[in-house]
Amino acid sequence: MKVSIGGVSMKNPVMPASGTFAEETAQIFDLSVLGALVTKSVTKYPRMGNRGPRIAETIAGMINAVGIQSKGSQVIRETSIPFYQQFNSPLIVSISADTADEFVDLAQELSVPGVAALEINISCPNLEDDGRSYAMDPTQTYRVVDYIRKSTQLPLYAKLTPNTNAITEVAVAAEAAGADAVVVANTMLSMVIDVETRKPKVGNIMGGLSGPCTKPVILRMVYQVYKKVGIPIIGCGGICSAEDAIEYMIAGASAVQVGTYNFVNPIGMVDIIQGMKEYAVRHRISSLSDLVGSVCVDEQTRIDKAAAY
Amino acid sequence: MKLLQGTVLSNTWVSPRYKHMSIHAPEIVEECKAGQFFHLKCSDSFSPLLRRPMSIYKIVKKEGEIHFLYLIKGEGTKCLANMHQGDQLNMFGPLGNGFTLQTEWHSLLIVARGVGLATMAPLIDMATKQGIATYAILSARTKGDILSADYMKECGAEVVSLTDEDRDSDVEHVRKMVENVIDSKSIDALFTCGSKRLTNMLKGISLQRKIPGQVAMEENMGCGSGMCFCCVKPFNRGGEIVNLRVCSEGPVFQLEEVMEL
Repeated sequence: MKVSIGGVSMKNPVMPASGTFAEETAQIFDLSVLGALVTKSVTKYPRMGNRGPRIAETIAGMINAVGIQSKGSQVIRETSIPFYQQFNSPLIVSISADTADEFVDLAQELSVPGVAALEINISCPNLEDDGRSYAMDPTQTYRVVDYIRKSTQLPLYAKLTPNTNAITEVAVAAEAAGADAVVVANTMLSMVIDVETRKPKVGNIMGGLSGPCTKPVILRMVYQVYKKVGIPIIGCGGICSAEDAIEYMIAGASAVQVGTYNFVNPIGMVDIIQGMKEYAVRHRISSLSDLVGSVCVDEQTRIDKAAAY
Repeated sequence: MKLLQGTVLSNTWVSPRYKHMSIHAPEIVEECKAGQFFHLKCSDSFSPLLRRPMSIYKIVKKEGEIHFLYLIKGEGTKCLANMHQGDQLNMFGPLGNGFTLQTEWHSLLIVARGVGLATMAPLIDMATKQGIATYAILSARTKGDILSADYMKECGAEVVSLTDEDRDSDVEHVRKMVENVIDSKSIDALFTCGSKRLTNMLKGISLQRKIPGQVAMEENMGCGSGMCFCCVKPFNRGGEIVNLRVCSEGPVFQLEEVMEL
């Protein structure tokens, strides 16, 4: 079950998606069973987040527009990072910022003992500018990742957005700038309207779609990115079962993040890890890493299709 | 808080719009407190995907039972309504902070409307068991929706019911009744749930008369346990506007902290 993601060893490839996991989870199960722990995105200064409603259910999914409510990096350094030391799983701190300088400040402030890697949230679609973000554009991605890379020794995981027509180019740019892994992907920019009131169902008008309805789209992105980059991919999009996680690995992910399903099943990640172990036994796989990118595609078809997109 | 499978003992229509469900869940009943809620998985499928927060209507410790009284409104409650005796209900809870009672309190006034009535019933039970008198003003669309009145009386409350169909449920009328009860029964604390307008009105009285109050809030939720920050609302805490999570910092808040809803 062991994997290594950008120099971080994990006992299994399962970790929570940022924003769906917090200290409270420790009241539900022993966090040491997880491959890694991932914090909610931290900003340099405290942030209020968006006005409500912040969540709306959709068919097999949900839209959130939380807007990164954060206590600021100082509180995280003084409370969350020490708290997670009691668990035997590496801690990945997710950081988010509106400017490259603020990303660098955060990376420096949070490069402290107890943090195994930084996940750089260059993709959150809920911030200003109509949901635009660094990871919509390869040039912007290169610029910000390169800048952060020079400010910390910690492994960097770049969390990409699906809200771009250039995810492979963005992933390549992140790798070229020194990212140690890419997380594919954050939520999809989306909208729901209440037809009775004609009002959007979330206060921010638009929000990020997550949950099982997103899985085929993100899985396709993992497959495309795997063809173009050499760094590990962490698949994240609608995983609700061990089979979903395995499917991501076959498409090219070296590890996975579970998000929305944590709300549906608070011990979902524990069940998924168990299910993956059983799959490995059933298929006589000695290492789950053998699955990565093992999708059986006829060579000629692969070349034709990949070129078509 | 636990993740558990409760067994449905009964799930019956008590009015054209409401059902009453009783669950056998002895492993959790001792932890439950009035004002707390459970996050219920209403379906095994992805539709509806998310759990539904449901406040506790009745706690029967001796029998190991938790009861819910719910309005069938959306997809989640429709699925709940289809459950039968013997079915397993996936429950996560109890969650949140319940109502708190001060030992020096002797009489409480409870003002509730609609689905908020169910949340107040276990508060009355808890107060009575501590020797505190309770007066309840209940408001709803129709007489048929005042479902908790009998159980509240059984628990020891003096109950008045107001309905839209009887045209005696408007806020001004309720305000007068509230002031009368405060004057005649020397009320120590106010409690409310279920109506923004009634909450605002009661907050005004609470501040004016310096009587403390508590309100149980409702909001759509993601995780139910404080992780996702989806159920956040703004509150005024010590003069500062702060965004608090209804699930984990609530669902019961001090009335004076509530912002104009």
